[in-house]
Amino acid sequence: MSSNHSGVVAHQFDDAVQQRETANLGMWAFLITEVMMFGGLFASYGYYRWKFHDAFVEGSNHLDYLLGATNTGVLICSSFTMALAVQAAQAGKRKSTIVFLLLTMVLGLAFLGIKAVEYTEKYEHHLIPGHGFQVASAHPNLVELFFAFYFTMTGLHALHMIIGLVVLSILVSMAWRNRFSTDYYSPVENAGIYWHFVDIVWIFLFPFLYLIGRS
Amino acid sequence: MSNGGSTSQHNGAGENYLTAGYGLKSWLLTTDHKRIAILYLITISIFFALGGLFAVLIRLELLTPAGDLFSSDTYNKLFTMHGLVMIFFFLIPSIPAVVLLGGVDTGWTFYAPYSEAYSNTAVGLTAIGVFITGFSSILTGLNFIVTIHKMRAPGLTWFRLPLFVWAHYATSLIMLLGTPVVAISILLVFLERVFGIGIFDPALGGDPVLFQHLFWFYSHPAVYIMILPSMGVISEIITCFSRKRIFGYSFIAFSSLAIAILGFLVWGHHMFVSSQSIYAGMVFSILTMMVAIPSAVKVFNWTATMYKGTIIYQTPMLYVFGFLGLFTVGGLTGLFLGTLGLDVHVHDTYFVVAHFHYIMVGGAIMGYLGGLHYWWPKITGRMYSEAWAKLSAVIIFIGFNLTFFPQFLVGYLGMPRRYHVYPPEFQIYHVLSTAGASVLAVGYLFPLVYLLWSLAYGEKAGPNPWQAKGLEWTIPSPPPTYNFDVTPVVTEEAYDYESMPREAQFVIEP
Amino acid sequence: MSEHVIPKGVYVLIFVTLLILTLLTVEVSFWNLGILNFHMAVLIASTKSMLVILYFMHVRYKGGLTGVFVAAGFIFLGILLTFTLADLMTRGWQYQPDTSAFSMLIPPR
Repeated sequence: MSSNHSGVVAHQFDDAVQQRETANLGMWAFLITEVMMFGGLFASYGYYRWKFHDAFVEGSNHLDYLLGATNTGVLICSSFTMALAVQAAQAGKRKSTIVFLLLTMVLGLAFLGIKAVEYTEKYEHHLIPGHGFQVASAHPNLVELFFAFYFTMTGLHALHMIIGLVVLSILVSMAWRNRFSTDYYSPVENAGIYWHFVDIVWIFLFPFLYLIGRS
Repeated sequence: MSNGGSTSQHNGAGENYLTAGYGLKSWLLTTDHKRIAILYLITISIFFALGGLFAVLIRLELLTPAGDLFSSDTYNKLFTMHGLVMIFFFLIPSIPAVVLLGGVDTGWTFYAPYSEAYSNTAVGLTAIGVFITGFSSILTGLNFIVTIHKMRAPGLTWFRLPLFVWAHYATSLIMLLGTPVVAISILLVFLERVFGIGIFDPALGGDPVLFQHLFWFYSHPAVYIMILPSMGVISEIITCFSRKRIFGYSFIAFSSLAIAILGFLVWGHHMFVSSQSIYAGMVFSILTMMVAIPSAVKVFNWTATMYKGTIIYQTPMLYVFGFLGLFTVGGLTGLFLGTLGLDVHVHDTYFVVAHFHYIMVGGAIMGYLGGLHYWWPKITGRMYSEAWAKLSAVIIFIGFNLTFFPQFLVGYLGMPRRYHVYPPEFQIYHVLSTAGASVLAVGYLFPLVYLLWSLAYGEKAGPNPWQAKGLEWTIPSPPPTYNFDVTPVVTEEAYDYESMPREAQFVIEP
Repeated sequence: MSEHVIPKGVYVLIFVTLLILTLLTVEVSFWNLGILNFHMAVLIASTKSMLVILYFMHVRYKGGLTGVFVAAGFIFLGILLTFTLADLMTRGWQYQPDTSAFSMLIPPR
């Protein structure tokens, strides 16, 4: 009755399908918590943006929207390659899986690299809140508040990207050791869902932080 | 080793989950949920004792109107630690993570900007501790929800689930959806203190009320995390000791979900006097009235369950009686507090303190103790002394009311929360309260003694000492590690006591 | 639940659409639409997210339960946003609207 032939089904599950569906649902449940956590930040951001609209426009204009747009493109590409990696794992194609996972990681690293460039630039212009923040403005303290959000939100996002990269590298190692098959590809599928979620957070972060009041 | 449906080879007729491996590693690295539960039990008991110790010190200080036992700073720390420990490390069971380096004095709700800019205590570390604890909560909630959706036994449809499971499903919804928001709020406080990046700092235009919104968005639903499991316990015990099927199964099941969902819509009732807009206050007030309804539905259904049942006055049932009375009082006084105008008078007074202790202690802890006694024979394979248990239940009930009822009165008369200096005319209430606390403490100590005693000397219990319905009573006490020899197939409705033979009198098996 | 194999063409289509929408959101931000600028940004970001959720994350091909989970997350986020902003936006209704930075230090009435 229990299809444990391939030895990939843990003892608490009846079969591979139940195991896969359960793991998937578990990852979605975890992502709901991430939605609420980032949501708290977005709620706070929305709160102050409504209250101090002009200062937030000022702050946003200090950001390089071209770099931000490029980063958005980079992440969308990485989601594409990740989706292909999941498909390859599902089909049991070891080499394709590894190639697409590596491509995703390269794109992820590119994203972080561009972010590093941006952060360095902010540092040089004294735009780090709480550390010698200086800006020419009618209300410098409110612009500092904007940057508090900029760094907190993109920083938390970057932390999630780094965790994602670590997970992906573990997947590459597992794929190299031929651990995935048509019966068992949940780790890739669920890591993929996590990766897409991190992409979605950026999809919202980009217009909210970079594109306020550009008209 | 064993797969879901197949029979497995197991060694030794007498082996159960407690004897399956000795040694620290077998306990600390276990994947057996029963062992994990024992670890939780030990941990939260220790924290209950610690939180209780803080309570003792508080009540000692409040015996006299002057602030003579502790300085105000220290008193601040005492009630903060009492709240933190009792809520985060006992009532919302969790892993120990906080460092008590000199304690924390912000008041347990961490209100900014004091918590961020001014407090000189271990706020940063406490923030980390609460954050980590939050993850325990989130992962537990995740685990329960996914398991209930995907891994039920064959035949165990949603409406055959024990109501205990429904209660935990609702609790898990709250843990999953609410905890992350308090996680981010605490993280923001931490960022301000450690990195100077402050979004609640008024100098930057920050709004302390925003912190309160984020904080209470979780912390109100959190109180339902604390009460729902106990309500589940009550459902289990009341059917068994009324020898009757639960009245209104689906009403109780859906009311658990209703509490979980409506509980997310009322958090502003903690902020009526915070400078929150009056209109928001009005909306929150109305919604608060609504959230009382599902709880009332449960109380009515439980009462109806007892009607024309055969009531058996064993210890778990005594705790149920205590719960029904005390939870009702606590819940009704919640309506007082939810009334916008009245709350202006009683906010931050001992009226609030009495209200939540009636629910958390009179409600949740009564449920906890009832459940502990009900399942003790199953968990340990031993029976406790019924006489001592009954005596303790009565002592706890008396001690509890003596402790907390005067607090309604003194709060209504104007005694503020978190103060250790007060006008002399309030002293009589505090003396009564402290006297009650001593009785309550004795009441809590007794179970510690007789339950532990029963581990060594208690009568051995059979699989089903209470003649109860439920899958857990079909396996030996204590259960083997693998729980069921063969995966059970469920064919009957929950609590099918009516179908039991008339002669199945309630018996404690030797 | 049968395993769904999504044709690569679908992925390519979604990928290209996402890139186009990104360019669109940048372009639109330079038009002067007043308050609609914000709404357009939210609309485009939401559309992009829905595409990622439905296709890259396979929710389109899974049973209703996954959809319920996704919806629940956003509904409760909506509750947080709605009530919190409702408080902020209605604070000024009874009194003189005052958006200076230190206005919240003055208690009502």
